[in-house]
Amino acid sequence: MNKHNRKVVDFSVSYSQYLDASGNLSLSLKQLSAKGISAELLIEFYRWMQFTRTFDCKTIALQRTGRLGTYASCLGQEAVGTAIGKALHSDDVFVQAYRETPALFIRGITPEEIMQYWGGDERGSDFAAAKQDMPYAVPIASQCCHAVGISYAMKLRNQKRATLVVCGDGATSKGDFYEALNAAGVWQLPLVFVVNNNQWAISVPRSAQSHCTTLAQKAIAGGLSCEQVDGNDVVACYLSMQQALERARQGQGPHLIEALTYRLSDHTTADDASRYRHDDAVAEAWQKEPILRLKNWLLKEKLLDQQGCEDIAQQCSDDIEQAVARYLALAPQPADSMFAYLYAQLPELYATQLAELRAKQDEEGES
Amino acid sequence: MRDITLIEAVNCALADAMAADDEVVILGEDVGANGGVFRATDGLQHRFGPQRVIDTPLAESLISGMAIGLAVQGIKPVAEIQFMGFIYAAFDQFLCHAGRMRNRTRGRLSCPMVLRAPYGGGIHAPEHHSESTEAIFAHVPGIRVVIPSSPARAYGLLLAAIADPDPVVFLEPKRIYRLQTEAVVTDGKPLPLDVCFTLRTGSDVTLVSWGAMLYETLQAAEQLAQQGVSAEVIDLATIKPIDKTTILTSIEKTGRCVIVAEAARTGGVASEIAAIIAEEGLMSLLAPVMRVTGYDTIMPLAKLEHFYMPSVEQIITAVNKVMEL
Repeated sequence: MNKHNRKVVDFSVSYSQYLDASGNLSLSLKQLSAKGISAELLIEFYRWMQFTRTFDCKTIALQRTGRLGTYASCLGQEAVGTAIGKALHSDDVFVQAYRETPALFIRGITPEEIMQYWGGDERGSDFAAAKQDMPYAVPIASQCCHAVGISYAMKLRNQKRATLVVCGDGATSKGDFYEALNAAGVWQLPLVFVVNNNQWAISVPRSAQSHCTTLAQKAIAGGLSCEQVDGNDVVACYLSMQQALERARQGQGPHLIEALTYRLSDHTTADDASRYRHDDAVAEAWQKEPILRLKNWLLKEKLLDQQGCEDIAQQCSDDIEQAVARYLALAPQPADSMFAYLYAQLPELYATQLAELRAKQDEEGES
Repeated sequence: MRDITLIEAVNCALADAMAADDEVVILGEDVGANGGVFRATDGLQHRFGPQRVIDTPLAESLISGMAIGLAVQGIKPVAEIQFMGFIYAAFDQFLCHAGRMRNRTRGRLSCPMVLRAPYGGGIHAPEHHSESTEAIFAHVPGIRVVIPSSPARAYGLLLAAIADPDPVVFLEPKRIYRLQTEAVVTDGKPLPLDVCFTLRTGSDVTLVSWGAMLYETLQAAEQLAQQGVSAEVIDLATIKPIDKTTILTSIEKTGRCVIVAEAARTGGVASEIAAIIAEEGLMSLLAPVMRVTGYDTIMPLAKLEHFYMPSVEQIITAVNKVMEL
């Protein structure tokens, strides 16, 4: 090869899928077991995905009836969040975007906390469990930089912990995403990036977001290893995440996983996806959704029967109804709570404003 | 007690904070071997190691966002933005997350971080290197904005900013980084935040300023004294939250106020002080409040810079005007 014209770098991106859309799993129970996946874990995956779908259905109903604010459903993306939740250790830190609801449940965040947040009450982000996990990150991709700081802290303190950050396909077009990837590469941080590629950034399709063949390959520019997984295959998602997190905890550096899934819902309850995408594309995506394929496999393997599935559905529904009742029974925060957490100690300057607000609150209470 | 410049005082405060607490870290562009373009972090990487004095990739949003991540984990980050002109890429993170973290999590997480940046004009710097946009930060809820005006206050206020449990933007007036030395007691003791410093007492007029403009303001006060006008000079120091008590108390005594700032006039911190006086100190006033500020123009490049910067003469003219009323 001519020394003035030689290839200096070459790359490829792998794609993994174990459980296909028809419910065929390419690994035997024995092979799964060797990889740390028991039959119980697979049923647990199913349960959390089912729980989340029931929850999404319920929260949308609450929004439509004026008892919840705008809500971002994760319909069709339950496998990604479930795998994240199960792959993380309790002392790892999860840095969320806003569409990983099953991960939140598995981390111990309650359905009523999530409803509280979307219902317009800041206390929803004061998680009773998962104290170090980050709150919802609404500004797209900004959380990627936080994850760099969190994982840097872990490395600085020589802790065997890892950070996992999620962003969407739209986020991969933003500077914060690249800045974070680049820094994670430089310092070889214990950080796993998960790109939840649901094909849509509100109305803009993946094809208009980037000319890259994969979003995963963007990590290569930062010197990170990367891969694509079928984001509707909870087994593939879990195995990739679990291995990437373990490598991160062992000091083997950052990694990026692009999970290919599909947003079956509108962007949020404030969106109408029929304005920009065709029903037939959505109908096709429904054929690949994550829950049915796992259910079919569990039924086929006789790890669950129809009755077992119905029992799980009933249990999910009952649990969520109880959580809704607890959410609706919550007393509102006092208005002056908006000053209570502004600073560790409220500066003197704001005493007047606080007094004004309290007077306004008292007036409202009297009327 | 050491005779040091303002930039040496910054360096000294950083070193003392890092020596006192292993979890104080510095991050920014060129802060390591180079010691920062102004030498604020000179020698610190050699002393505390590259893990704690972190040369970041050239990415300001990362610097600010990473500091947030460090802070929520309990590390104390002191992030440097090389010039205020480059702070806007970091502003998004600071505005959207740093100032909000405690409130949005109802106290579960907080962001005790310091974002340092040199600011202000008068050093014939290139484009984007001379602005005074502290008012943009002063508008953000949940944070503090602090500006020192002398070596001793740089040392004490930076230590206070580092010790503060909430996010602080610490803006350093680079025109006076090396203007003069002062004997500073480097004993690790912070100065109080949220309070003004009265640098000169007087009875006829209150001059409020901050940062480098205090040099012109103090010179004006000296010349006014020769004219027989007794000016009280207040260093605002904490730009947000403003210590209105010290200002209002002074105006009760003098009945006149001139505010001196090099920032553009519209929507500036000077306007906020004037509004506080209008709301709460009007009855003490013998004359309207005057603002001596930069113009509402783009900060000119070096050749016209001196026309933009408020001068001693402008301050004296404004004082003479309010003294006539």
